[in-house]
Amino acid sequence: MRIRVDYRTVYQYASAASDVLQLLRVQPAGHEGQHIVSWRIDIDVDGHLKRAEDAFGNITHMLYPDGPVKTLSLHVVGEVDTVESHGVLSGGHEPLPATVFLRQTELTRPDEALRALGRQVDTGDALATCHRLTSFLYEQFSFDPDVTHSHTDAAHAYALKAGVCQDYAHVFVSVARSLGIPARYVSGHLVRNDGFVTQPAAHAWAEALVPDLGWVAFDPTNGMCATQAYLRVAVGLDYRDAAPVRGARRGGGAETMNVAVTTTATGPNQQQGQIQTQA
Amino acid sequence: MQALPAFDEMFGTGEFYDARSPEGVTTAYRAIRQWLADSPQELMAARRAQAELFFRRIGITFAVYGDAQATERLIPFDIVPRILTRREWTRLERGLKQRVAALNMFLADVYGAQEILKAGIIPAELVLMNPAFCLHMVGRQPPGGVWVHIAGIDLVRTGPDEFFVLEDNARTPSGVSYMLENREVMLKLVPDLFDQVKVAPVETYPEMLLETLASVSPRKQRGSHPTCVLLTPGQYNSAFYEHSFLADKLGIELVEGSDLFVRDDIVFMRTTEGPQRVDVIYRRVDDGFIDPLVFEPTSMLGVPGLMSAYAAGNVTLANAVGTGIADDKAIYSYMPDIVRFYMGEEPILANVPTWRCREPESLMYVLDRLPELVVKEVDGSGGYGMLVGPHAPKATIAAFAAKLKSNPEKFIAQPTLALSTCPTATDGGVAARHVDLRPFVLTGADGVRIIPGGLTRVAMTAGSLVVNSSQGGGTKDTWIIDD
Repeated sequence: MRIRVDYRTVYQYASAASDVLQLLRVQPAGHEGQHIVSWRIDIDVDGHLKRAEDAFGNITHMLYPDGPVKTLSLHVVGEVDTVESHGVLSGGHEPLPATVFLRQTELTRPDEALRALGRQVDTGDALATCHRLTSFLYEQFSFDPDVTHSHTDAAHAYALKAGVCQDYAHVFVSVARSLGIPARYVSGHLVRNDGFVTQPAAHAWAEALVPDLGWVAFDPTNGMCATQAYLRVAVGLDYRDAAPVRGARRGGGAETMNVAVTTTATGPNQQQGQIQTQA
Repeated sequence: MQALPAFDEMFGTGEFYDARSPEGVTTAYRAIRQWLADSPQELMAARRAQAELFFRRIGITFAVYGDAQATERLIPFDIVPRILTRREWTRLERGLKQRVAALNMFLADVYGAQEILKAGIIPAELVLMNPAFCLHMVGRQPPGGVWVHIAGIDLVRTGPDEFFVLEDNARTPSGVSYMLENREVMLKLVPDLFDQVKVAPVETYPEMLLETLASVSPRKQRGSHPTCVLLTPGQYNSAFYEHSFLADKLGIELVEGSDLFVRDDIVFMRTTEGPQRVDVIYRRVDDGFIDPLVFEPTSMLGVPGLMSAYAAGNVTLANAVGTGIADDKAIYSYMPDIVRFYMGEEPILANVPTWRCREPESLMYVLDRLPELVVKEVDGSGGYGMLVGPHAPKATIAAFAAKLKSNPEKFIAQPTLALSTCPTATDGGVAARHVDLRPFVLTGADGVRIIPGGLTRVAMTAGSLVVNSSQGGGTKDTWIIDD
């Protein structure tokens, strides 16, 4: 499938903000199931984008505007060919040993309730356990954008049994790690098949390390493994490591942010996508 | 408190102090013994009062956490110097160099090829799962290949030739300002004693530190010196006095996070003449707070973008980010193996025997012998949250046993060492008090520098083994003298 992503994030400050800088994780790296056809990041102010790679192998850009800014617009547009792999990741760049993905963080640290959930879904087989956990969250959680924040941790979200994709993903990795299954947070984009092409924010899901298969992507928000409709952008121990934007500034007063993400399946069909990947 | 029989550095035994007995005085203390004998108690009291006045004038203070009465108070200073002979020091110095070299090689390895994990010397998960193992440093090498530029190695002594490393401090070790101040005060207080005894100088420390910092500058400039700054968390930090003192002695700017900014992966300092590029940051801010874009997002103490500048190789942080894995108390117990692995030789300085409570057999042993042992939190520091078995009431020991059982991996245990004692001036006259020693080891791209001596910490309470200043411990001037 050819996925086209096109979004613009606009920051507006009440007064000019100085020393604005942003650490961006908005550009995907390729792997066997994901071939990057083109990718562009544009900013509408004078400044520099410095590309680097973080600890997890994500492509990062530091955005340094030259002077104080009152508005800042970040435009990301790209095309990627994906191949159906039923969530199994291969050929990815893995700079870290898998063991580190057993580490819990401030946002994933399990409480007794999450540990109990772990015991409830544990089958003794990592793959089956992850499927059960995914189904459980899909069925028992309600998607609600108004009850959690970007700093809500897994235990809190689980107590609410509600949240957004970020919360589903945090609960998933928390429980998987508590069972000794290395797991990580993934941020990216999803082409929805329900007719909506413009979404308020990007998507998040999880990957778990399964014996014999390697990393497998599970999307508890949608109760399934990732498909070719998923475009993987960044991974980390939790949201903070994989967040599309982490920024800082001095002054500027109130900040308003608008982001609209358009993901569409376009162009060559799935078969042509496969041919391109093999080429 | 019941006193442990300990080695006394003046008399060689820990039995009793008899100021009239001339026998059995160690070589190191001959002159001091005479000086003490010639000083009536009133004179000692007058000297103590004078020393206190000097310190009040200098204003050396230390904020003590949890002390509501005073956020700052004077650290007790003892006017009787602690003496080591040149022969004793030479051996310590060799051991310190070896240990710090091994710490640096360990860090280069665990963030690089991880040979020591592959060789099975240390369980991999003990490093990889450790919060002190900084993922952002994996695959990176700091400028000059130096990780621990400033190390404070805590040594204790139990006999004439028995020194042990109690812990390594490889993050942001403090205390060197006391070493420098103590010497300044002693020179004013007893100038004639310095005429009689040849004492190795410590005043060159700031110069040595500056050379060390300059040697790891990422920019090799011709003619001009690299710009170094000291980054402090600010005046509410317990060691703020030391930060300001050191910046002053080094002749470098004392800055807070908001005084620095990053543009295009380069660090600048705001000055009245405009932005000035910064090459080396002697940072006294902990890893987790130095860059809100990478670590704790709410931190106001750091500099946004600093890790990007660091990763781009445009600035040096001293110490490097991620050094906490090397002085982690769980790793400590592996130090003898770490020294053997990298140096190919036996450790010159011994470790204190350590039980890792994460290992079930060790945990059982420790639980059986809690009243005899010292138990420490793996990631604690400053003497907080530790149990000194022989001095703890039964209820405290029982409560600690419960903590141990529920989280064994968080603790290590060691025998209660009879720390050596030194003559110390107290209200009731000169008496023996337990001491330790923190020498400071500087490592630059151009080699290792060690100031002879270091900071002697002394437990001011009779029989007490806790020398931490946060727990009421005091300090002494430390003299390395020619035999």
